[in-house]
Amino acid sequence: MTALTIVYFAWVREAIGRDEEQVDRPAAGARIADLVEMLAARGGGYAQALGDPARLRAAIDQRFAPLDTPIGEAREIALFPPVTGG
Amino acid sequence: MKRISVQAQDFDVAGEMAALEALGGGGVASFTGVVRGGDGLVALELEQYPAMTQAQVARIVDDAMARWPLLGVSVIHRYGRLEPGARIVFVGTASRHRTAALESCAFLIDWLKSHAPFWKKEHFEDGATRWVEARAEDEAKAKGWGG
Repeated sequence: MTALTIVYFAWVREAIGRDEEQVDRPAAGARIADLVEMLAARGGGYAQALGDPARLRAAIDQRFAPLDTPIGEAREIALFPPVTGG
Repeated sequence: MKRISVQAQDFDVAGEMAALEALGGGGVASFTGVVRGGDGLVALELEQYPAMTQAQVARIVDDAMARWPLLGVSVIHRYGRLEPGARIVFVGTASRHRTAALESCAFLIDWLKSHAPFWKKEHFEDGATRWVEARAEDEAKAKGWGG
């Protein structure tokens, strides 16, 4: 089973202190929200960045996805605040 | 014509407009976003999701081209450190119909604000920094276009 890449942006990236990492692929059926909860449980910057999922947005393989989306066979999950471009 | 560029460097608005005008549709609309100064702001830093940005902007442009009869669309979005007065974003649309050009231009900038993976961080003269928070009204504006 391949590892899962997670990328972080903006204050999520700053609080965690890294922009990318590999994690073991969560159990079948896991959703992005489950991954967020698992990462937040690491404490420290992870808890600060990911402790309040209502403030987070996500993408699966470079497409926006709600947090309740199953991770499935995704290669890359991105976690970030609501976007502020334009 | 479909032109999408995500770039660090500045762009030439006149040149972009000329390319849209040359399509012969008779109607060209545009929006240019510029870094607003004040309150001690010294720079805006724009972060993006490089692997996603270009494709996501292309999806938004394709949506616009499917909704309105457009001859051309040009979208340029900068990233990196930008000082007050610097251009951030350009949207230009060309059509045979002014309503299509104007409406699609407004749609594109509304959608870029709430659906393109960019994040703005403000840098102030006292050294403080602050991530810009998404505004509910921007999300509501994008939703207002439906779809």
